[in-house]
Amino acid sequence: MEEGVLNEVRQGPLRQLFSTTQLISDVSGSGNNWAVGHHTYGSMYREQIVDQIRRAAEHCDCLQTFFLIHSMGGGTGSGLGTCVLKLLEEEFPEVCRLVTAVYPSSEDDVITSPYNSVLAMRELTEHAHCVFPIENQSLVDIVSQIQHMAHTGKPSAVIKKDCTIISGQGGMSKTQKPFDSMNNIVANLLLNITSSARFEGSLNMDLNEIAMNLVPFPRLHYLVSSLTPLYTLADVNVPTRRLDQMFTDAFSKEFQLMKADPRHSLYLSCALMLRGNVQVSDLRRNIERLRPTLSFVPWNAEGWKVSLCSVPPVGHTHSLLALANNTCVASAFTKLRDRFIKLYRKKAHLHHYMCVEGMETADFSEALHSLSALIDEYSQLHTHTHTHQAPRLNIAT
Amino acid sequence: MSVVTVQLGQCGNQIGQEMFSTIHDDSVGAGQKMYKECSEERFFRVNAAGALVARAVLVDMEPKVISRAIAKASKSGHWTYGDKAHFCQKQGSGNNWANGYCVHGPRHRDAVEDLVRREAERCDRLAGIFAIMSVAGGTGSGVGTYVTQCLRDMYPQSFILNHLTWPYATGEVIVQNYNSVLTLSRLYHLSDALVVHENDTVHKICSQLMNIKNISISDINRVIAHQLGSILQPAVTTDSAPHYCRNALGDLLSSLVCHPEYKLLSLCSIPQMSQTSLAYSAYTWPGLLKHLRQMLIANARMEEGIDWKVCVPLSGEESTANRQMCFNRSLSNLLILRGKDASSADTGGFKDASLYVPWLPPGGTFNTWNSPVPFNGYEKSATLVSNSQSLLKPLDNIVRKAWNMFASRAYIHQYTKFGISEENFLDSFAMLEQIISSYTHL
Repeated sequence: MEEGVLNEVRQGPLRQLFSTTQLISDVSGSGNNWAVGHHTYGSMYREQIVDQIRRAAEHCDCLQTFFLIHSMGGGTGSGLGTCVLKLLEEEFPEVCRLVTAVYPSSEDDVITSPYNSVLAMRELTEHAHCVFPIENQSLVDIVSQIQHMAHTGKPSAVIKKDCTIISGQGGMSKTQKPFDSMNNIVANLLLNITSSARFEGSLNMDLNEIAMNLVPFPRLHYLVSSLTPLYTLADVNVPTRRLDQMFTDAFSKEFQLMKADPRHSLYLSCALMLRGNVQVSDLRRNIERLRPTLSFVPWNAEGWKVSLCSVPPVGHTHSLLALANNTCVASAFTKLRDRFIKLYRKKAHLHHYMCVEGMETADFSEALHSLSALIDEYSQLHTHTHTHQAPRLNIAT
Repeated sequence: MSVVTVQLGQCGNQIGQEMFSTIHDDSVGAGQKMYKECSEERFFRVNAAGALVARAVLVDMEPKVISRAIAKASKSGHWTYGDKAHFCQKQGSGNNWANGYCVHGPRHRDAVEDLVRREAERCDRLAGIFAIMSVAGGTGSGVGTYVTQCLRDMYPQSFILNHLTWPYATGEVIVQNYNSVLTLSRLYHLSDALVVHENDTVHKICSQLMNIKNISISDINRVIAHQLGSILQPAVTTDSAPHYCRNALGDLLSSLVCHPEYKLLSLCSIPQMSQTSLAYSAYTWPGLLKHLRQMLIANARMEEGIDWKVCVPLSGEESTANRQMCFNRSLSNLLILRGKDASSADTGGFKDASLYVPWLPPGGTFNTWNSPVPFNGYEKSATLVSNSQSLLKPLDNIVRKAWNMFASRAYIHQYTKFGISEENFLDSFAMLEQIISSYTHL
């Protein structure tokens, strides 16, 4: 809703990919106000947005998924973004909606980000098929991990040029802006999710299979993602140990795109999307190796979804994206809820939201309630951890 | 008589392409004219340009796999798939059986039926339909079940044989057990027999017998194709001697499926080894048959790790003792011997009445086919197609896991939104429990 970022796209190196009709903007932005984004701009631009989306959809032979990419802390992304989500549900009810949402870290510079996030969460829980939450803090940590590796100067640890998940400019621009490397990681996430749909492989996985396999109950659709490897070393020898290391890394918390520890929480389901020269035997060996270290819900004890794509990402020989539906997201959401309550208790900054037409005080309490209910649903899964085998059907013999 | 193959879903198309490749190489490689002609008539036809075209229909809901299969076939230079013999859409079934069965199946019914009809009309005589699919995914299982239903309506008198690939027990698709349960319960009454391969078993064959270090899906598919080829290629039966049998599927089914309640067939094929070891191995028929018999009794699927302690119980023993010894009781067995002096091999070991259920007449339980032509590079090979309790345990595992998941109603909303209700699930579970019970009490 403000011109600056879109202007950069218009003038940037990828300007041929976007036509001017696909860019919708306003002048003043949303002022970090979810209500302004959702209600004011939502109603103002509704027809224009629907129109543009419909036009784009008509170009497709077969429309499978919508990708929504926005932040949760701001005004336009979270407010207008969730309004668009509802819109898509009304206009295209059968098309899958996958949301990549960037959650604010605790030291976020936007003061009202907890409000915006919780208000947006309610919409995401109800209207999205699948959400990939990402936290800025994790991205920062991953970037510093790579840069630390690049600068240690150990001869065996020389990183191959342009082979990290943060190098993606393709030599287009020399100057790197502060968020570029972090955004590159998210871009890689999206690339890996869609790789099986774009390239051939021995075990394909389409986008609609993500929601089908990883979402056992409609509301519990927040998937923690982790990408490995972060970089390829210049050393060409890649023994099998490296491959196994990749699998182990995918389940350690340094590689998660969200500040969460899935290893010590309960898995509902897990998907492993492999790219490159990885075979079924490597996969089975690693699943058998890692399975005892992870705890799954009793009714999904072998809850693995796997896909093998033959084409590796640029600069790597193979890569792994692990998507996990894990109860550790509940702790991240609890922290978000606490930040929300801290502000809400004092009614701080509330008047900015209330003076927007269409916003009511009930919205806040309902959003809080929805988030608490979600956290409870995740925690309840823990209580059923003892394996009780349901008695089988008895038939008349 | 000719067989029309319907390849469904990613698994079906990949295995189908390997199968045709194996069959063609085998029929040409042996250099025997009668064998080659019989095999080619069964699986291929000659198009206007004089090239061999597979009698197959390829069905999938997304284009990548089919185009790969067609490209691989053309690349071989010896045979191709028919130009318009495939049907695909742009969007897959999302691993959702309900999506395949209730949405994609009916929507594309006419197109698929048309393709099969055309292929069937090109056969002088239709031996039957061979459908290849997996049970774990969405298209193979859901669309495959629907297509089998349509084919049964279209050709009520023809034989329909389904080949099913059961997934790895440790998970390939999270909802694989649901998809398997829904498929098996419906297919059981539509199909004439279900030939089953399990990925776990074939994986072990690859790693332990064939010494493949990095097993890929193509390796697995090749083993499955080898085993399928060994049962579908021409052979001489007791009725058709001295000619090759014409009625490929009919004879197979009549010797194995004696009762409509018992339709699960498993395959054991020995020897199975890597190409490099082939040149250094010599087998005798007595040796092969002894191993195969013990594999049957002890329910071992491959030559290594056979439990020689399990033996056939003497008649009159308690049935509980049988079960404790893990003895695998059969309803019927079909032994196919291929290679040098196959007709002279002594198969008496399999005729023992205590291997079989007591309520079947002894003449109908065991049959032998043989062919003097060595199969796929193996000088002597023996395949046992068995209707026995060997698939009972894997089936039980699938149903148990699916039931546990169903008890917590996980993922059910994904199926109900396409029209499969909890009632449908319960019906499927009941049917499979019935089948499990029938096989347990053999």
